[in-house]
Amino acid sequence: MSKQQQWPLWEVFIRSKAGLAHKHVGSVHAADAKMALENARDLYTRRGEGASLWVVPAAAIVASAPEDKGALFDPADDKVYRHPTFYKIPDDVGHM
Amino acid sequence: MTTISKDDLFTYALRLGDDSLILGQRLGDWCARSPEMELDMALMNVALDLFGRARGFLTHAGAVEGAGRDEDALAFRRDIEAFTNVLLVEQPNGSFADTIARQFLFDAFDLPFMEALTTSADETLAAIAAKAVKETAYHLRFSAEWVVRLGDGTEDSHRRMQTALDALWPYAHELFEMDATEDRLCAAGVAVDRGALRGRFDDMLRTTLTEATLTLPKSAWRPAGGRQGRHSEPLGLLLAEMQWMQRAYPGCSW
Repeated sequence: MSKQQQWPLWEVFIRSKAGLAHKHVGSVHAADAKMALENARDLYTRRGEGASLWVVPAAAIVASAPEDKGALFDPADDKVYRHPTFYKIPDDVGHM
Repeated sequence: MTTISKDDLFTYALRLGDDSLILGQRLGDWCARSPEMELDMALMNVALDLFGRARGFLTHAGAVEGAGRDEDALAFRRDIEAFTNVLLVEQPNGSFADTIARQFLFDAFDLPFMEALTTSADETLAAIAAKAVKETAYHLRFSAEWVVRLGDGTEDSHRRMQTALDALWPYAHELFEMDATEDRLCAAGVAVDRGALRGRFDDMLRTTLTEATLTLPKSAWRPAGGRQGRHSEPLGLLLAEMQWMQRAYPGCSW
């Protein structure tokens, strides 16, 4: 296969165990969704990392522009009252 | 239940070990040469699964034999006539389509085989099979999907997949051959009745090839002889590469 027609890129998300959220772990090349799932399985779950896999066409992800970083995120820097630091979280709650 | 002979059990474990070992070694040759990096990983994962069970079968064979040979002695210190793998697994990698055809034919047999072996009266064989079943279910999923993808792909990939299937199909029959050794072990509940797996194999092939728009080959040629140590020349080259280090430095380790 010539590199001019390289397979599309897919982003890979793994849930390591029940109750946790899927986390982005990397990407794979694949020609179709089935192949993307299998390639992700073969590349990212070789050491028992996974309980569930998502693959998403990289082209379907809408990303914020780096130059918007200031306008999007800086205003949150000084809103200390938005952090739940004034409460005690019982240990039993686990992952929030 | 009849008593089983040590020789029969040794022979049987050796055959299963050799099938896995040689196919794993063949696949290993794709390392860093696959069409895509992702396929490199996929094929090496399959190879490593096969080596894992080869180790189990050969270690068991060595223990049953009781002559002090371990898995390494059996893998690296036997000559070609002592290898008892089927001819299918020693067929050269060829193109990616050839490798997929070989793998698919083997996997479509291996899944029902390993499922049946989980009920073997020999606990070690049953335990190896229990682990192998899940691995092989994935191998078959991988190889069958590639048969469909190439068969129902472009004109070029369809032609290559059909050619590969036509070339390798005759070698599938040997997987179902029984002989006096396996008949005795089968009667004792140790070995799998290979003939009884043929129906599921044929169904799997029919379903997959239909989806892949491929035609089942019609060749009446049924090459065999691997179980008796009659192998093709390419196996000699494979063994030379696989065994050279243990031959040059017997017992070496790191």
